Order: sequence, then structure tokens, then C-alpha cells
Amino acid sequence: MTQMLNIVPDKCTGCQQCELACSWVQTGTFQPSQSLIRVNVFDEEASYAPYTCLQCDEAWCMNACPTNAIGVDPVNLAKVVTDSLCIGCHLCTIACPFGTVFTLPQNDKAAKCNLCGGDPACAASCPTNAIEFIDSDDKAGDWFGEWGDRVNSRYVEATTAGAK
Amino acid sequence: MNGWTGKLLRVNLTEGTCEVEAIREDWAREYVGGRGLADRYLYEEMDPSVDPLSPENKLIFATGPLTGTPVPCGSRYMVVTKGALTGAITTSNSGGFWGPELKFAGYDMIILEGAAPKPCYLFINDDHVEIRDASHLWGKWVGETEDGLRRETGLPGLRVACIGPAGENLVKFACIMNDKHRAAGRSGVGTVMGSKNLKAIAVRGTGGVNVADGKAFMQAVWNMRSVMGENPGSKAFSDFGTAATIDMTQSFGGLPTRNFQEGQFVDYEKLNGVAVRDTRMVTNKACFACTLACGRVCVLGEHSDKFLVNTHPRNWSTAGEGPEYEAAWALGADTCVGDLDAVLKANWLCNDLGMDPISMGSTLSSAMELYERGIVTDDDVELPLNFGSAEALVRMTEATAFREGFGDDLAEGAKRMGDKFQHPEVFMGVKGQEFPAYDPRGFQGMGVAYATCNRGACHLRAWSPALETSGDVDPHVPEGKSEWVVAEQHKSTAHDATGLCLFTGFAGGSLEAFVPCTAAATGIDFTVDDFIKIGERTWNLERLWNLKAGLTKADDTLPKRLLNEGHKSGPAAGVTVQLDKMLPVYYSERGWDDEGVPTKEKLEELGLAAL
Repeated sequence: MTQMLNIVPDKCTGCQQCELACSWVQTGTFQPSQSLIRVNVFDEEASYAPYTCLQCDEAWCMNACPTNAIGVDPVNLAKVVTDSLCIGCHLCTIACPFGTVFTLPQNDKAAKCNLCGGDPACAASCPTNAIEFIDSDDKAGDWFGEWGDRVNSRYVEATTAGAK
Repeated sequence: MNGWTGKLLRVNLTEGTCEVEAIREDWAREYVGGRGLADRYLYEEMDPSVDPLSPENKLIFATGPLTGTPVPCGSRYMVVTKGALTGAITTSNSGGFWGPELKFAGYDMIILEGAAPKPCYLFINDDHVEIRDASHLWGKWVGETEDGLRRETGLPGLRVACIGPAGENLVKFACIMNDKHRAAGRSGVGTVMGSKNLKAIAVRGTGGVNVADGKAFMQAVWNMRSVMGENPGSKAFSDFGTAATIDMTQSFGGLPTRNFQEGQFVDYEKLNGVAVRDTRMVTNKACFACTLACGRVCVLGEHSDKFLVNTHPRNWSTAGEGPEYEAAWALGADTCVGDLDAVLKANWLCNDLGMDPISMGSTLSSAMELYERGIVTDDDVELPLNFGSAEALVRMTEATAFREGFGDDLAEGAKRMGDKFQHPEVFMGVKGQEFPAYDPRGFQGMGVAYATCNRGACHLRAWSPALETSGDVDPHVPEGKSEWVVAEQHKSTAHDATGLCLFTGFAGGSLEAFVPCTAAATGIDFTVDDFIKIGERTWNLERLWNLKAGLTKADDTLPKRLLNEGHKSGPAAGVTVQLDKMLPVYYSERGWDDEGVPTKEKLEELGLAAL
């Protein structure tokens, strides 16, 4: 069964342990600027939201890549970058609607979440279980749950008010 | 070097120069980092007798080798200087995200020298270091300063440590604030920064922290995480924050009330951890790499508009952080204000203006005592300063930061204010610094801990309730307390050298847990015994510094109220602090002579004989 990262912003305290864990796996140093998961801080809302690649079924980054450097991990269906094929054109970073594909300054190649080969370090490191690696059938498509509804409420309000 | 970045930044504000230097590796082995290493640099480089607000005073920001790593609560930086409030060496530390960012930019420490001719801020973007004009930021509150710097640099990841109006106006207990609500709070480190015309240090770092043995390091981190995860302290911090301590101190008669005239506060349940969580808290919040998340993000209640705030630039309908235990006590119990909204508002004013809420509340309590005794009169003050006045609490907090009216007296701290009105007995503190929230008549050990702490009255060097609430020890007797305090002072000092938050120690993350992390990170095979020795060495170094600064045994004392007057009621009724019994034991346990001077043998044992 496929697994996915389930992120619950309401549980997040903003400590960035996930960024440290991710950068450790990616680079061997503790370097949040190299992390492929980022904690977004909404100070005025007192809310913290870790955010990383959604592993889209129809991944725009894959479609955009001219050298087929982004492929699918056959085991966990993560979209992964093959460094030797990447030519550093940045098209994938532009194609991604969610802004979760990065290019690294040291080699100018694409970098994105690969689910750590099936054992994501961010989920293991989270002290409050705000990030969990779960079977995707349980909760597929419900990434932001109630938090998403709440944050989105202003947009909904504004658009319905306009309709009236 | 691993763990450490191996570099320090030396900034001369008078000359306008910034230079990068290598960290002294021999000192890093002997003092590790943070408080210890910065102490060593200050001892080497500065004459302890200088005026704390003169350009000759140096201001050091120091991280530890574990700052910026995933060791739980590896977020701290330490500010070391000669305290404006105390005239003693001071070591104020803060969490948040600024310390790790400095490491990511590539520096363990910043040493600031001299004083700038006009307001400036230090901008650090990895290798790019620059002193910039800050005349447009002068006068801005802390939140505005941080937001403004992010906007003008265009760096959303910028971290800012700055002073508020209180630091600019040289309020003697001004803080250095970072991440808006985190403070290097005590002893007037912000006052020193203000005297240097330095508004802020803005840092962006994209580098990383390397460790020597990654596998061993991650193993040690996970060991520490699992020990802390099983400790009930972790959950208590997360659920109730530090304000849960109010119930404990209340039950022991050790919650100082009415400027230490009583040891219990009738309205304590309006301010405790449960009240904060159930009525005001929006969410809890962590500092960098923190697994406890004791921070409270709160909103004000419905009727909070009644408290007068004249000048605040931002709309406070949104959330702010606090109160933690010390602020809830100083602004609440000590002033007898049992109104959580007033306490929150005063707390946020302290944060946004950049002032220490402990000294603020305690100084105001002293003023309230003077007012109720008729020594401070209505001619001196703009509104009545009765105990329990929420209006006075909020208004005088604001007035203090701007030195308006009677706020000008409050801004000098309780000691100088008491001296001015010729009633020095109302000052409740040691070495010029006001007490924090533990009455030593309820916890005898705190008496000797307060009297001997190198930075003046402080609860973070030997927190004796850990021993005295265990049930095994009578909290009211002096026997056995000095020995415990000495041992604990070594441990907490070693803790402060690593870059970890002291609270890990209250949640199971003791030396046994974090020393292996430090060893694996640095590649130096530190043991627990090494660390206790490092703690003792640092403590003695600070003592030597203070002696050179002119402090003596006469400064290791407590106010007469604690030595002679007991509470009239409560669990600690009639108990006084028997410092005369504890202090000689403390000195001999330390290997110091009768005058509190470290003996030659002790200094040789610690490798300090040459100093």
C-alpha cells in the first residue's frame, strides 16, 4: 500500500526539528536552508505549517523536465530527481504549483522530497506528531484537514460576498 | 572544528570595523562555549572596573557547540557583559531562533567593542557583515523593528535581536529581545546595548552546523529524546508552560507577594498554568529544535481595553506570547494584581518595549510599598500606586520604558529607587538585581543560591525547589542546602556552556544525556565529570571577575526582611533565612576562604592559577 506524509499544522509548534532532520539526510549537516520541508510561520494567526512536496499523481515537475530526470520510485511512488540526468534548467521549479521543488546553490540541480526512500526523517523527528507517515488510503487528499478549511474561510467569505 | 563554527566576529563600533577571528581552541576545550567561553574572553579582554555604560564595556553574544543542532532545545545564545543593573558580570541567555541563525551564518560569537557615534545596526548575511545606519529605527518598538528590518533587507528568513525604547532610554533593566518575544532578560544587557547606540543585530545564515561523528551524535540525540519523552516534566511544560509553578510555590508559601511581605497570593488561581491554558492560550510555541514547547501564545480577554496604554503602535487584538511563571509572578502576585489581562498586557508591553518583567514587577512592588507607607506621595505619581491596581501596573510599565514622570524613578530599578527615597529596605534583591519568584523563606536553599549567584539574584543557577519539594528534605532548615547549591551551580553552568536550554534538565535531559551529544558533536571525548569541572571553573572565573570589579563578601547577602521577618501565616510562617549558617558552609564547600575568595589550591586545581 502507498504511504504518504500526513501533516497536521495544528499540532506543529514551529521547532524546525523536521528541517534539521531533512537537511541531515540530504547534506550531512544541520542546515535548514537546505531542507526540502519548510515550516511556514503565520505569526499573526499563531500558526505553524510544515510544508513539502505533495507527490502529485500527475506531477507537473515531471511533465516539465526536458531530460526525464524526475522519475517515480516504484516502491513508494515518490517523485525523485536523478542528479546525473538533471541539467539545472529550473523548469521543474517553475512548473510546480506548490513551490516545493528547489534548486541547490552548490550544484544548481533540482532537489525535492523523495520520502527518504520510504522512511521520512521529518516524520520520525517530529516531537508532536504533526508530521506522520501513514497509509495513503486512510486520508488521501486531506492534507490540511480542518486547518485548511479555517484558513481558507476568508477567501470563501470574500468570494461569496462578491457573488451576492 | 565541529560543533563550533570555529569563528568569531569582532565588531568595533567606535571605529566601525568588523573582523573575523578564529576561536581559541584551547579555551573552547576548557570552557566549551556560550556562557563559559564568553566569560573567558571577557576576563581576558576587559577591565572589570569600567563603567558598564561606557564604551570600554564589551558586549558578547555567544552560542554553544550544540546551538543549531537537533539536540532538544539547542536554541540558546548567551549575552555576557558587565551588567548595567548590577555592576557584576552578567550572563543572560535567550532562545528563539536568533542563536541558531548566527551559527548558520558561520559564527560562534560576536564581540562588540566601543560605542557607535550614532544609532546603527549590525547586518550579517553569511559572509557579508556591515554596520548600517539605524536612525530610522531608533524609537521603534521591538515588533516594529523586527518587521521593519525584514522589509528593508528583503530577507524573510532574517532573525533579529534588538533593543526597544527601554534600552534606548537606558532603563537599567532593559532586555535584548529576539523573535519579538524571546529575551536575554536580566541585569540590563539591553541597557549596555543601548549605551553603544546599537539598535539591532540582524542575521541571516544559510550555512550548516557540522558534527564530528554523525552516527554517534544522532544516537546520543535519540537517547536524550527518549529519556525526555518519558519524563513527566516534558508534558507539564507543553501543557501548562512554566506558569504551572505558581501552584507549587503557593502550596509551599514560597510565592512572594506584596513585595515579599507575604508568601502566598490569594488570587493565584487567576494567573496559574491552568488559567492561562483554559482562558487565554491560542497555542503553545517552541523555540528552535525544542521538544517541550513551553511558550504560550495568548490573546487578551474581552474587557482588556480598560487598561490605559497611550502609545502602542500595533493593534493588539492579535496574539502575543506569555506570561511565563516569572512574569506572571512579578507583574501579578508580587504587585497583588490578580487580573490576567492586566498581567498579559504589562507582559507584552515589557516584551515590545524591551524590559525585564521580573525587575519591572519587583521594582513596581517596592514603589507600591513606599506609596502605601506614605513615603511616595500623590505628588510624586500620576495615579495611585496601591497594591492590586491593574491600571497602575499597565500604565507604569509603559511610563518606565519612556522614563515619564515617576517612571523615571522606576527605570532605575528597586535598589536605586529605594536609595533615592531613603528607604533602601524596600529593595528585594541581591547585588542590585531584584529577586525572581521564589521566597527563600519557603525554600531555604534559594537563600544561599540568591546570595551567591554571580549575576545577582537569580533562580536559574541552583533551583532548590527541585530538592526541597521532593518530600525527602525539610525546605525550612539550612542544613545540607549549601552543598546541594554548589553542586547544582556547577551543573547549570556547564549546561549554559552548551547552547541548550536549561529546561531540558527539568525534563530529564541532564548532563548524562547531553554530554554524549556534545562529545559526538565536537569530537572531544568530554565526560560528565569534565563538564562538572568546566562548570566549576567557569563559576570561579566569574567570581574572580566580580572580585576584580570590586564586589566583596558583603555583596553575598540578602535583604533584612528575609533574614529577620517571617511570614505571618501560611506554610512557611515564622521562618527566616538562616544565611549566617549556610554561607560559611558554601564558602568552604567551594574551597574559598572566609572572605569568599577562591584559595590558591582551588585555582590551581581548576587551572586558573595564572589569572
